Amino acid sequence: MIAERWINWIVLLGFVVLPLWALFADEPFTITLATRAVILALAAVGLNIALGIGGLVSLGHAVFFGLGGYAMGILAHHAQTYAPLELGPLVIEGTKSMPIIWVTALVTSALAALVIGLLSLRTTGVYFIMITLAFGQMFFFFSISWSAYGGEDGLSIYVRNDFPGLNTLQPIQFFGLCLAVLCLALGIHSRLRTSPFGLALNAARQAPERVETVGLNPMRLKLLAFVISGALTGLSGALFADLNRFVSPTMFSWQLSGELIVLIIIGGVGRLMGPVIGAALFVALEHLLGGLTEFWLVWLGVILLLIVLFARGGIIGILTGKAGPNV
Amino acid sequence: MSEPVLATRNLKKAFGALQATDDVSIDLRAGEIHAIIGPNGAGKSTLIAQICGGYRPDAGTVHLAGVDVTSLSTAERAQRGLGRTFQISALAMEDTVLENALLGAVGHARKPWRLWGAVERDRSLRDRAMEALARVGIADLADQITANLSHGQRRQLEVAVALTLAPKAFIMDEPMAGLGAEGSKVMTTFLDGLRSEAPILLVEHDMDAVFALADRISVLVYGRVIATGSVEEIRNSREVREAYLGEEA
Amino acid sequence: MSTILILEQVLNGLQFGIMLFLMAAGLTLIFGVMGLINLAHGSLYMVGAFAAAAVAGATGSFLLALAAALAAAAVAGAIIEIVVIRRLYRAAHLDQVLATFALILIFSEGTRWVFGSFPLFLDVPSYLSGPVTLPGGIQYPLYRLALIAVGLAVAVFLWWLTARTRIGIQIRAGENDREMIAALGVDISRLYTLVFALGAALAGLAGALVGAIQSVQVGMGEPVLILAFVVIVIGGIGSIKGAFIGAVLVGLTDTLGGIFLPELFKLFMEPGAATQTGSALASMAVYILMSLVLIWRPTGLFGARA
Repeated sequence: MIAERWINWIVLLGFVVLPLWALFADEPFTITLATRAVILALAAVGLNIALGIGGLVSLGHAVFFGLGGYAMGILAHHAQTYAPLELGPLVIEGTKSMPIIWVTALVTSALAALVIGLLSLRTTGVYFIMITLAFGQMFFFFSISWSAYGGEDGLSIYVRNDFPGLNTLQPIQFFGLCLAVLCLALGIHSRLRTSPFGLALNAARQAPERVETVGLNPMRLKLLAFVISGALTGLSGALFADLNRFVSPTMFSWQLSGELIVLIIIGGVGRLMGPVIGAALFVALEHLLGGLTEFWLVWLGVILLLIVLFARGGIIGILTGKAGPNV
Repeated sequence: MSEPVLATRNLKKAFGALQATDDVSIDLRAGEIHAIIGPNGAGKSTLIAQICGGYRPDAGTVHLAGVDVTSLSTAERAQRGLGRTFQISALAMEDTVLENALLGAVGHARKPWRLWGAVERDRSLRDRAMEALARVGIADLADQITANLSHGQRRQLEVAVALTLAPKAFIMDEPMAGLGAEGSKVMTTFLDGLRSEAPILLVEHDMDAVFALADRISVLVYGRVIATGSVEEIRNSREVREAYLGEEA
Repeated sequence: MSTILILEQVLNGLQFGIMLFLMAAGLTLIFGVMGLINLAHGSLYMVGAFAAAAVAGATGSFLLALAAALAAAAVAGAIIEIVVIRRLYRAAHLDQVLATFALILIFSEGTRWVFGSFPLFLDVPSYLSGPVTLPGGIQYPLYRLALIAVGLAVAVFLWWLTARTRIGIQIRAGENDREMIAALGVDISRLYTLVFALGAALAGLAGALVGAIQSVQVGMGEPVLILAFVVIVIGGIGSIKGAFIGAVLVGLTDTLGGIFLPELFKLFMEPGAATQTGSALASMAVYILMSLVLIWRPTGLFGARA
């Protein structure tokens, strides 16, 4: 059995070595795949805070992914058409600057998570799952019917946005930027997990009545976790949109919400690097199986079923021999 | 006599046709252990839930340190000084014993919104948690996963978490269950000393412990308090013998 | 806007709601009895539609197609219950979500494998096609009226089944206490398979019936499934009555919102902007309805437990 700490470092090292190899071997597509994995991992790291620590089975995290994507799409769209966004007396200039886009994505998705969380956390269990799924669908249909930003067709952005001091048009530089953001998010997760808040949140998942009897409100703890979680997933949405230079309603789709949970469960739920391992495997499977058969999702379904029924701790659970938290 | 630390007045709660508590008025005075006894289904659990905020009573009030807390949530009552242990352990089973005690310390210090800094490195929280574990005699188990504890040890941890809160009143739901003879004796001695710190409302099936500890006993039958009095009074009450001890008068 | 148009839209909303009820009834029954959240319920809807389209294509008989839909969905339901679902009854909700999500992937891609990506079409039979004239002079498609009638018949059947039959008593006992019903000598795993197959058959029936007015394609089940979730959240989990009222509410809100909100906005906005704002808002209407119910009653209109 291998210690979890070693697995974590090996995975991170892989994310540094593989793209560098691809750079020298002149395989830019591999860098793009690795970037995709890093961004999906970031989205799942966000979800893992709500799901893995707080036990909140959110089937609507695509809302935040999509909001982040549209934050990028709308700001960049106004910048590339030189037409400011006019909201009554408020006039907002578009921008191609990633830091501004990121802050917008974080704030928008945090606010959405606050409202959705306030409503859905009035309930627990199955209700919570169905309600978050329903809110996801609400944003999906809204984005389809709101034709100002492309409706069903989505929005194309011609040139990737800028980050001060970097040339983001170079795949390896954009990859490095995304990896740095991912590491930051992993740092947040690991700090949060051991903080007083993380302790209380983790207890609220296991024994909410206990948390109440020490004078804390489990619902508020979960709400904050949901907001932080939504904000991080929102940030990943902005990066994902920048990777593809395209946003569309599919970023809001329920399949995406499901896939984010799948990533976490493949890697190991509640584990720091669970989402990262899951995302890497998911992208690898998508690429390898997708090359063999058009119907690779059948095999993903089978793998997922086997993991749920026989290997609850995911890859990390198998490697370390420890089942991990029970969500 | 001074005002009771905890007082219920005319508490009523019905589930459909079943009157789980009927007009229950109980006082818990400073420095005492007040035991609630009664057969299974007498309404003891419902009474505790109403005192601690799990159920809203249909009628009646709960006062803690002179303040009406009837409309407050469980968490708000805990903040005002109600320290509770559960009959069926409600602990974070995946966490260590220390982490469970730390949770109490975090609640007592009202620090749940600290997102940064490891909780185990916070000296004041850690000292408070370790002290509570030491007082109930499980400091050596601090790094054990709670799920691996015996039932008796979980009882001790329940009490330790309540201690970290430094409450004005303890509500203990069967702290002796599963302890065994030796453990019961240790817990009895411990609770005996604890009453000077804060009074204890004790629900307990272990009659030896109740008779050894209680200053007063209330007998709950079919949701009603049929008698309240000293150990001697309850032992000798004909009504209690008939209704509860099942003896022919 | 004429009364006739309004009545027509009310009927459309009713018809949509009643089809949602067929989905929601199965889901709520399965949750109420077995405590299981089944995301793959939409796949059973799709299975019913494909089975109906295939059989109708081969035989030309709509009734045979409906029978095939019921049978295929019930058999598919029984198989997944026996192979996968019964391992999940005592599992965490997360496991249920993931396993049934995996089933969606398998069903959807498997169907694509067999039938291809192009939509199939299921024709309304000649004896049910064309409009009829209702009292008040409303011309309304006979087939949609038939859907309403079938849905109402199923609602009555479910009421009879749960309230008046031995199986219904077992189902209600199972909701309260699994051990109890097992102690009474009822074969609980057979009862569960039966309930699951019944829910699946209802979903399959809905898929086949709706398949005749929309196209039959992979992925058709999930949007309906999610709306059925909204119905259950509104009606309260485990309540057939709640599922019925919730379904009609959602059906009416969705249909009438799509028609009337753009008109409403035209009263004080320019037509282009009004259409956009109105239709965007209409797409959110049922979810707003759900939010309002949540604020008012977190466990739904007829829900007993959280």
